[in-house]
Amino acid sequence: MSPTFLYTIEVILNGLMAGVMYSLVALGFVLIFKASGIFNYAQGVMALFAALTLVGLQNGQVPFAHLINAVFGTDVHYFGWNVPTVAAILLTLLIMVAFAWAVEALILKHLVNQEPIILFMATIGLAYFMEGFGDLMWGSDIKKLDVGLPSGGSFWLEDLTAGWAAEGAEYYGMYIDLLDVWATMIAVTLVIALMLFSQYTKTGRALRAVADDHQAALSVGISLRTIWVIVWSIAGFVALVAGIMWGAKLGVQFSLSLIALKALPVLMLGGFTSIPGAIVGGLIIGVGEKLFEFSIGPLIGGATENWFAYVLALLFLVFRPQGLFGEKIIERV
Amino acid sequence: MSLDQTESYQTPDGRTIGPVVMEMRNITLRFGGVVAIKDISFDIREGEIRAIIGPNGAGKSSMLNVINGFYHPQEGEVWFRGQKRKPMKPHAIAHQGIARTFQNIALFRGMTTLDNIMTGRFTKMRAPWWQQAFWTGPAEREEVANREVVEKIIDFLEIQAIRKTPVGRLPYGLQKRVELGRALAAEPKLLLLDEPMAGMNVEEKEDMSRFILDVNDEFGTTIALIEHDMGVVMDISDRVVVMDYGAKIGDGTPDEVRNNAAVIDAYLGVAHD
Repeated sequence: MSPTFLYTIEVILNGLMAGVMYSLVALGFVLIFKASGIFNYAQGVMALFAALTLVGLQNGQVPFAHLINAVFGTDVHYFGWNVPTVAAILLTLLIMVAFAWAVEALILKHLVNQEPIILFMATIGLAYFMEGFGDLMWGSDIKKLDVGLPSGGSFWLEDLTAGWAAEGAEYYGMYIDLLDVWATMIAVTLVIALMLFSQYTKTGRALRAVADDHQAALSVGISLRTIWVIVWSIAGFVALVAGIMWGAKLGVQFSLSLIALKALPVLMLGGFTSIPGAIVGGLIIGVGEKLFEFSIGPLIGGATENWFAYVLALLFLVFRPQGLFGEKIIERV
Repeated sequence: MSLDQTESYQTPDGRTIGPVVMEMRNITLRFGGVVAIKDISFDIREGEIRAIIGPNGAGKSSMLNVINGFYHPQEGEVWFRGQKRKPMKPHAIAHQGIARTFQNIALFRGMTTLDNIMTGRFTKMRAPWWQQAFWTGPAEREEVANREVVEKIIDFLEIQAIRKTPVGRLPYGLQKRVELGRALAAEPKLLLLDEPMAGMNVEEKEDMSRFILDVNDEFGTTIALIEHDMGVVMDISDRVVVMDYGAKIGDGTPDEVRNNAAVIDAYLGVAHD
């Protein structure tokens, strides 16, 4: 096999795994959009907040340390003990559920039947509030997140593939980051679990019911407010997983909330209302941008990954505005 | 015919109509300056088919929405099963045993017929979410048991062929039937049907009439329905309330209503000489 061919395979594999990470963020958007018609601008910040909380708990940071020190003149920063990773993840999950409940009780409840744009604005407000709140609670320095997942290149794959190239070719094997492999497996498990839950359980059916028709859902006894809390909790859970993966990759820093922007083109491709769409959209963008960078990038000076996804999304907006899997928009007149 | 609230009587065709199950007392509903319902009182007895008729805009659907809690009347009392009802959310009222269908079909369009009707079992399923999430014993048993009930309803409504079809793809008449199935799945104590036959052809109307009568006959379900087709209404209902411009202008058996001067005026117009 020629090295170029092997490189291409490597690029596609890496693209697929990057795509899974995009899908993970897009998934959170789709869940909330389907159930309540809200485009949740705060999804990225939720991932950041979850990651911050997780790291904070792991390191035994004192929440609101700066505030406490400023008010009481003390000098506390750390408790001096660490919460084990599993317990920290569970605790963070609980905090995300509490957050979901608070969002419903403090924001959504008061905005029932408002225009989508109003709800959208509310989530923008929420995003900035959470960013500030996260800063106040855990500090703004970049932190390293380690949840015990293996990372670094896979030597096994490198050794295996090094022999595939033609004799004498300059090829030293594929580089696949183990963290990406783990992230992919976890994301796939998560999506399958979510699909099964929504297909085969009462609550799952209720979630889909609310997504389809609010009035009908009420008439069979489904409480919208309960469902909203559940949906935001699940979105919080997805945000936590995304936060862990991205945080482990890039470090927990405030620019993490910008991954939400990467989810936008994924949503335009896949459709705002389709879970499979979020997955496939993410994969297409992941593979697309890596392949484009690999093949065309060198010709036009590189750094195409910054804009490729958006241009692709723009093309979709022109030719297929409902996305690959989204519901067709038919307006009866 | 004047009867005590708690008395029962036999219909000519041998069905037993029980005591009053739902009573509306002096209901007034306003939207800003518009009065949708003006001081209306009527009752619904157990096991009967009660029709609400009237010209367009008479306030019939509003009345149904008051019964199932979408609207809250400014004045008046709703009594259900011997108790005065506090203002409640619609989903709580569904848990009390009131199910309904909608004038413009409100199905879960992305879901299959089976899932739609299964969702109708919502109030009957109690397993907490963590059991559902892991499909442990109780949740699984509950799922299976409820599925059996749903299959019976599907048999009853003769929609086996479309069990797995997403309802958005079904023709109108069948969608109406699935919606009836979803309401039935809740085993309601009171079933509200908002124009179950609107937009149907004669054949579909006959089918739907038969299902409504069968539901009433086999399960003894109390039914309140709104319908425009006078022929159908007079055929299937035990008692009829007639509304016009938000007010009640007639109440009684189909025969009584048919001969009521005010009703005839509302439907045919009055000669102003």
